Amino acid sequence: MFRITDLLVPAIFLGLGFSAPYLADWLIATSTVALSAGLVVLGLIIMWRGGLVSFGQGLYFALGAYTTALILRLTPINDAIVLMVASAAMAGLVAFAVGFLIARYREIFFAMLTLALSMILYGVLVKTEALGSTDGFNVEQWSLFGTDVVVEKRLTIAFYLALASASVASVVAMMYLRSVAGSAAIPLRENEIRVEYLGASVKNIIHAKVTIAGAMAGLGGCLTALAIGHVDPQMAFWTQSGEFVFITILAGAFSVPGAFVAAFLFQLMRTYALQVFPEGWQLILGGMLLAVILFMPSGIGILLTKAGWRRRPATTPGATAEAAEARS
Amino acid sequence: MDMMTAQFILMDGLVYAAYLFIVAVGLSLIFGVMKILNVAHGGCYAFGAYAAATAIGLYAQTDLPIAGMFLALVVAALAVGALIGLVLERGILRLFYDRDEVIIVLVTYAAFLILEDLLIVIWGTGSLLAYQPMLAAGNMFIGNMILSNYDLILIGAAVLIALLMWLVLTQSRVGRLLVAVIHDREMAAAMGINVATMFVVTFAVGAALGALGGALMAPKISVSLGIGVEVIVLAFAVVAVGGLGSIQGAIVGALMIGFARAFAVHLLPEVELFVIYGVMALVLAFRPHGLFVRPEARKI
Repeated sequence: MFRITDLLVPAIFLGLGFSAPYLADWLIATSTVALSAGLVVLGLIIMWRGGLVSFGQGLYFALGAYTTALILRLTPINDAIVLMVASAAMAGLVAFAVGFLIARYREIFFAMLTLALSMILYGVLVKTEALGSTDGFNVEQWSLFGTDVVVEKRLTIAFYLALASASVASVVAMMYLRSVAGSAAIPLRENEIRVEYLGASVKNIIHAKVTIAGAMAGLGGCLTALAIGHVDPQMAFWTQSGEFVFITILAGAFSVPGAFVAAFLFQLMRTYALQVFPEGWQLILGGMLLAVILFMPSGIGILLTKAGWRRRPATTPGATAEAAEARS
Repeated sequence: MDMMTAQFILMDGLVYAAYLFIVAVGLSLIFGVMKILNVAHGGCYAFGAYAAATAIGLYAQTDLPIAGMFLALVVAALAVGALIGLVLERGILRLFYDRDEVIIVLVTYAAFLILEDLLIVIWGTGSLLAYQPMLAAGNMFIGNMILSNYDLILIGAAVLIALLMWLVLTQSRVGRLLVAVIHDREMAAAMGINVATMFVVTFAVGAALGALGGALMAPKISVSLGIGVEVIVLAFAVVAVGGLGSIQGAIVGALMIGFARAFAVHLLPEVELFVIYGVMALVLAFRPHGLFVRPEARKI
């Protein structure tokens, strides 16, 4: 089900795209990284609506990035669009396969198993000399619509690609979250058995979420590889996944555009913290994370979306979760 | 596989398992009692290692007997660990007890980030060496294999900690109260057990155990930034294999992963890292709650 309001985010991104020539380089770089991370976070939000937190989304992020880098290295294919589709498909496929295993898990066990799986990929990448071990390797030159993208233009073109991907992904995410399967997430978070009594398969719903989130993370990884021009195993390490979860908390489960706003704020915060207090930026981030969890449990996304949730205050995820806790 | 390799695997496996157990047991204890998966455990480990390295460095400058150095190591770690535990529990965690388990994981993750940078603020970015206890312990020969006595001390420490935990949990009054809290927090509180105090003590003890793990490893490694990041996922793997909150589980998990890694290091070095998480994923695939924990029934 498509609504015209879904086009709001793409419209804003289109405006950003047109203003790119007037934006400073650092802002474009920050935005590109933020949009790529935002894609991963969007996937995490889709899962979090169902009460699931993946501490291993770096798995799909790294898969997407390495898929892109490897296609460029091993085959003559170098078109960015093909690379994006291939990376998202690869990560989505792996997520689909992994889904058969992890759709049975919840809460901390879900978080731990996803963590283990991403650390397996990290372990493999670190020990594979052909892929540069811990150093990773550089991404070769890529092209768009048959034209090679020179290094000076790489970041700007990647920025356009990131805007386009984020637009498509946000429309898909909004449509999915409104669908029956998507909106089953919140009751599912409260009580699975009741959802099953309604005739829905909880396992399939979660499986779909894992797959969608994986594909989005793969796309984010591909864009990061295209923009930065380098891939390394750190992308699959648990600290990278932790960073994504951090942004997800900042964004909250309420709003799709929130994912991108939070990712952008996170990048700004980190850049700023690194400048003012280079040896204490994690301290600042940690403090901020605590403050967000304590004072803004619904994240900044709640500030962005009002209409949809406010009309039915009793069905907000926060309220149901609290109610469930109060009962338990 | 010849005899020599087999001996090395046996020894390495045991030493690594001892290390894993010491690190993981505090994590498991905290989860068992409080249902908190404590990411900040890695921070406790790193603080323990730095504190021990500093204590050893200071002690080495005096002419006191060498045996006291081991005492200094243990005392420094336990003090620092317990202090961190107290501050974290009273200062931060207490505010989040009404939240989801998964949210509390993120709270401890934030605490971990903060601890990582406090480490830099206190000790700077350089690395510390604390090889003196390793040197003092010396080597011994079994057949034609050289063994560091310090490795044997490590194994001894692990066995001692396991025994102490078992004694306290099953034989003492405090332990039995704790078991009551583990089984049913609300009922235990209704029976007059001070659950809040239990939480503070458990968290401090768990953190101190994490710090002790770091301190015991300090003489074997170069104490530098990033050791906490590495160790936390290892400890997760151990408790996930054995089952969160189970002490026997931590022993079995540490042995399984310790030996899996020792086999990999000596026979197939390329899979060294892979095998640790491979074992974890394999166990979780068949026993989602680990080997020693029964799954809870679903709520209707």
